[in-house]
Amino acid sequence: MAGSGKAHMRPEGDRVLVVEDLTVEFKIAKDKVVKAVSGVSFDLIRGETLAVVGESGCGKSTLGKAILQLPKPTSGSVNFLSEELTTMSKHDLRERRPSMQMIFQDPVSSLDPRLPVSEVLAEPLKVWNKGNQVEIDAKIDELLNAVNLDPKVVRDRRSYEFSGGQCQRISIARSLALDPTMIICDEPVSALDVSVQAQILNLLQDMKDRYGLTLIFISHDLAVVKAVSTRVMVMYLGKVCEVAPPDELYLNTKHHYTKALVGSVPIPDPDRAVTKGLIMGEPPSPMNPPSGCRFRTRCPAATELCANEEPQLREVSLGHFVACHHPID
Amino acid sequence: MSILLQIEDMSVSFATPRGNLKAVRGVTIDLEAGESLGVVGESGSGKTVLSRATMGLLPGSAIRTGTITYKGQVISDLPANEVRDLWGTGMAMIFQDPMTALNPVRRIGSQVTESLTVRLGMSKKDAKLKAIELLKRVRIPDPEAMLRKFPYQLSGGMRQRIMIAIAVSCNPELLFADEPTTALDVTVQAQVLELLTELRKEFNTAMILVTHDLGVVAGHTDKIAVMYAGDVVEYAPTRQLFNNMKMPYTEALLKSIPRLETPTGSRLPVIEGRLPDPTKDEPGCPFASRCPYVQDKCRAEKPPLTDGGNKHFYRCWFPIGGAK
Repeated sequence: MAGSGKAHMRPEGDRVLVVEDLTVEFKIAKDKVVKAVSGVSFDLIRGETLAVVGESGCGKSTLGKAILQLPKPTSGSVNFLSEELTTMSKHDLRERRPSMQMIFQDPVSSLDPRLPVSEVLAEPLKVWNKGNQVEIDAKIDELLNAVNLDPKVVRDRRSYEFSGGQCQRISIARSLALDPTMIICDEPVSALDVSVQAQILNLLQDMKDRYGLTLIFISHDLAVVKAVSTRVMVMYLGKVCEVAPPDELYLNTKHHYTKALVGSVPIPDPDRAVTKGLIMGEPPSPMNPPSGCRFRTRCPAATELCANEEPQLREVSLGHFVACHHPID
Repeated sequence: MSILLQIEDMSVSFATPRGNLKAVRGVTIDLEAGESLGVVGESGSGKTVLSRATMGLLPGSAIRTGTITYKGQVISDLPANEVRDLWGTGMAMIFQDPMTALNPVRRIGSQVTESLTVRLGMSKKDAKLKAIELLKRVRIPDPEAMLRKFPYQLSGGMRQRIMIAIAVSCNPELLFADEPTTALDVTVQAQVLELLTELRKEFNTAMILVTHDLGVVAGHTDKIAVMYAGDVVEYAPTRQLFNNMKMPYTEALLKSIPRLETPTGSRLPVIEGRLPDPTKDEPGCPFASRCPYVQDKCRAEKPPLTDGGNKHFYRCWFPIGGAK
């Protein structure tokens, strides 16, 4: 895996977002460059939930931020609602920001501890002149009701008075305030308890249906992704490994890295809990990624070909793409 | 097998401005040498306080009652400095957050060798050799170079391995692992859990594994205590618990775990509502307001811990599958 290619693009669809050859590099010293994202392409069709899955350091969060031009990617193109964001002026880009929102991983620290909830939610509305105080108040109540919080109880409280799950509800309400087209959710449930996780995942589904959203869902947990996504993109060290609908990805895993991810999900059943297909070690440094396929140093099926030639994404069955020289049968 | 640790009727409460916060309410648990116990529950269920109280790591404001017996010796009445003598060689703890549990301004080497020189009286030279061996044991590549590094230079998984190396350095008989993998990626989580089980079997170390995820304990424990609002609500050998679940709370916790088999786009079952206020003493079962099978009796009277046979205990008036 860890390859390039555009075989999985769908130019005929109603595409909200088209990302091509996106590369993000950070210069950290005179001749040290961290290659966080290297030539990633994908598209997003209206109403879809694309899950981006991989370990820490695979570039999934950087990818999410680069789409929002935070900061601008090193090279490549990001086309949102048929407009190119990478070459857009600051002023024009700002005009587009309300329609693309983000939900962050740590629900508590992503809310200003000094502001009451009503102010947290009013801020975007005021900045964008969405009506007078009465209209804004009505909108805040609507948002809080939408995420199942009682406006009367929570309006005047501050973030530290809430649990992690409640803070994440407030973050979701805030991201909905400006009626966005697309929301990028960066590990929205990984800081939460299992029981609360399920509530937030259900809520995201509800909001998606109710407001007609298109979502990018970034996570390291394939089981979480399975429940919410319509398409999954597995990333490793800044490259795409495998793209498929979630059922297909799980039942018919083609990439050795995906198999390791699937095998690592803890199973709550003592008779089946034995971990299979465990990969050892941690990803190599993104400053000096391996040649050819970037996964080859941890891959059980690696050959010389993998070191010499980078695998390209190719379709193995309808809608299922893999970048591997030796895919699993 | 001999009983290593026995906790009898332990309660822990904290004085707060809103009243007495009861974090642990009369918990009784025992552990044999080499055995592994999973303590499972949501945030606020008292699982972390339970393990810290056992080790004597509570803040001064905490009030602890009940008896803790370690290898036949009652340690709950001992002064703090005598309990501390058990740390390292007797009991050791792996903390949840590998990012903050290591000292950021000291090199890895000095942190790994500290307990070796202090507890085991090793010379600096021997301690260094032993440290290298320990780091190899937890599969850290190039251990000698690692000793010279600072924590910020390591990934979360590497730091957690260092924490494990420190915890097992003096061959403790009892290891507390408080959410050891919650901060880690799934792939690294699987590696760390395998490593813990392997080390435990090799040194016959008993372990108390504290977590909110039933999936984590399924493959790595001999028995499980499920905690809710400070009570142990179900206590059984691991297989018995999963195959013959009695407590509606345990069932709800299990159902809420997202699985790979979950059909895409389906709604996950959730536990509605919240934990009861820990400063109040409501009558009835603390889970009653969230329980799908609740009946009038549950709201009126708190169920006692019932012995269901096969070492299976539960705290419910109307257990799943009926009472024995």
